[in-house]
Amino acid sequence: MASVAANHEEHPVGLKRWLFTTNHKDIGTMYLLFSLLMFFVAGSFAMLIRAELFSPGMQIMKPYFFNQLITMHGLVMIFGAIMPGFVGFANWLIPMMIGAPDMALPRLNNWSFWILPFAFTLMLSSFFMPGGAPGTGWTMYAPLSVQAPIGMDCVIFAIHMLGISSVLGAINIIVTILNMRAPGMTLMKMPMFVWTWLITAFLLVAVMPVLAGTVTMVLMDRHFGTHFFEAAGGGDPVLYQHLFWFFGHPEVYIMILPAFGIISQIIPTFSRKPLFGYESMVFATASIAFLSFIVWGHHMFTVGMPAPAEMFFMYSTMLIAVPTGVKIFNWVATMWRGSLSFETPMLFAIGFLVMFTIGGLSGLMLAVVPADFQYHNTYFVVAHFHYVLFAGAAMAMMGGCYYWLPKWTGHMYNETLGKWHFWLTTIFFNLTFFPMHFLGLAGMPRRIPDYALQFTDLNRVVSISAFGLGLSQLLWVYVVYQTVKGGKKATDRVWEGAEGLEWTLSSPPPYHSFATAPTVK
Amino acid sequence: MSLSFKNNKPSGPLILAVTRFATAAALLLSAGSASADIRWNFQTPVTPMAHQIYHLQDLMFGVCVAIFVIVFGVMFYSIFAHRKSKGHKPATFHQSTTIEVIWTVIPFLILVAVAVPATATLLKMENTSDSAMTVRITGYQWKWQYDYPAQGISFFSDLSTPVAQIENQEPKNKHYLLQVDHPLVLPVGEKIRFQITAADVIHSWWVPSFGVKTDAIPGFINQTWTEIQVPGTYRGQCTELCGMGHAFMPIVVKAVSQKEFQKWVTAQKARMSAAHSAATPAM
Repeated sequence: MASVAANHEEHPVGLKRWLFTTNHKDIGTMYLLFSLLMFFVAGSFAMLIRAELFSPGMQIMKPYFFNQLITMHGLVMIFGAIMPGFVGFANWLIPMMIGAPDMALPRLNNWSFWILPFAFTLMLSSFFMPGGAPGTGWTMYAPLSVQAPIGMDCVIFAIHMLGISSVLGAINIIVTILNMRAPGMTLMKMPMFVWTWLITAFLLVAVMPVLAGTVTMVLMDRHFGTHFFEAAGGGDPVLYQHLFWFFGHPEVYIMILPAFGIISQIIPTFSRKPLFGYESMVFATASIAFLSFIVWGHHMFTVGMPAPAEMFFMYSTMLIAVPTGVKIFNWVATMWRGSLSFETPMLFAIGFLVMFTIGGLSGLMLAVVPADFQYHNTYFVVAHFHYVLFAGAAMAMMGGCYYWLPKWTGHMYNETLGKWHFWLTTIFFNLTFFPMHFLGLAGMPRRIPDYALQFTDLNRVVSISAFGLGLSQLLWVYVVYQTVKGGKKATDRVWEGAEGLEWTLSSPPPYHSFATAPTVK
Repeated sequence: MSLSFKNNKPSGPLILAVTRFATAAALLLSAGSASADIRWNFQTPVTPMAHQIYHLQDLMFGVCVAIFVIVFGVMFYSIFAHRKSKGHKPATFHQSTTIEVIWTVIPFLILVAVAVPATATLLKMENTSDSAMTVRITGYQWKWQYDYPAQGISFFSDLSTPVAQIENQEPKNKHYLLQVDHPLVLPVGEKIRFQITAADVIHSWWVPSFGVKTDAIPGFINQTWTEIQVPGTYRGQCTELCGMGHAFMPIVVKAVSQKEFQKWVTAQKARMSAAHSAATPAM
């Protein structure tokens, strides 16, 4: 026992370290790098999509390949880039934030991660199957997904694996937060990031099995002669959509609540002032999570639901604006009369605030059923969800990366390049996605490989900006690489205004975060 | 009053496009204003419902812009006034129940205020009773079929844009991808009920100028309605991903006067019975 205690820092090196590790930081690092890789894979699909849409007429691909690309862009971004990215943050930060040595279930943690590379190999291999990857969009609506070629089966099994990975990861996070907090850290003293992840983990446990069941029903319709989604056999194609969006809407919050958590850590630090309305932030997060279960119908207002159902989903969707508004107001109030400074993480947080709100407000417009009939399945929707998922989820992760990178690596990143990365991303992001609102209003449907001539000009602007947005992300990789390799030594606290247990550890922190639990006053 | 497709140049210089966008960006707050080439808002509404939707979106857009300006006015004031580089010392407040209640209640009241007109419009949209005629619409991979049960007319409506234009071997014409061989012909000034379904996968029938978008679902019949006020040709597209031909099954509606519609019906019936009697001996 004594020798084990003395060798806290000892671990295998090379491949074995990464393959067999049960360490939350190693696993967190792998999650983050994997997420970054998938960000570029799915991003390159987006570049191909924008190249095709640069001009009317078919340019570089066939329509069916275009449909494969939009499907895989969505699936890989959501399940490969955003979700694992946030799990990476959770792995790195939750033990350090609650004063624990590691996650509660370290071997499970290793398995949760190592499922991912295999799942995505299977999913991406569908490109090479006869008939290619499914061309159904990431929503995989039946009966289109029932008639799709064998690549669909690869995606279905990959989703099963991803579901297992997510649920195990979520259970690990719940168990860690509920059992491993340092003495004195009551639930209402936890950092907001920990709170948002606790709630997100419950969402994951609740809805990933629903998705697994839904795609299994598609699998059975495809191969075992069932007719869950086929009207001719007594089934219902709309049932697929109800099931999918019962998963799909909480999924939206799975991808945004941890972003709220990151922003809630960054803004107080650079405002040098505590988070305004901590308790109402916790309650707002919980009510958003609850409401996310009863709004799914707003994704399918045009399927012919009866008026009372449309009214219910319209009102419940509008209601989500209230707790979301509370969060925005609280962040602004945190900045109010603070002592603000604008290092890269703060720039990303402010960018998040402004652009996520644009996405939130267009979401409010989409909630209004009669207007949604016009917006539905147009580029207006594409603009809306990229404002919440790119400017929201992805840019929150970029901000979080700059914020904690000095803590993780022990080195300061290059502030000038970081700021360049922020401004390039923000400018190109808006030039890419803001014009899409107008394309949608003017009548351009989403998911089309070719379009009428009046949409040409704006599509050109969008495509050129999208290439700029994609290229700007290489700068991010360079900054991260540079910081990992070396740079100015980071202090333990890193930021003047930083509060929380993770900043009491050395930079970089010891292999096992807190060998003895700290006491929280 | 047909839709304006002013830009029919397939390839404008890039720089021009970027400059246009920069000019346009300055006009963002006046979303209704149309520039020379790019449409910034909905297509011109020609039905009572499309008009109401247009107004509803104006209302929502106004509310959203107002909220945005107020919230970020406060934030940007803070960014300029409360910065460390100016030596601003941080305050320590971090809680106020009063203000939390205020900014929970006010958004709630705003939402109630917009939910009222939204609900009224929705209920009108859903009311398909008292229609003068019915058209059945069926989505196929990848074309539309139109049936007029009372008139005994039925035909398919296919994309008429030549493949050579799609494959960039010929210059693209004005209504590229938005033209069909047999448009749906409808009379103006009458409440028309649509019964919409599909034969294979889910499609969605959308004509922006009518404010009508309804999914065509195999095995189910959805109902919606319209009442066109202005004669003209209106164009729309399938809006539910339905496979590789999804972008190539447009909708074209020719709205004509009652008299012209009757003439068209007579002509169609004659054509169909001629085709029928010609086909019968062969069977």
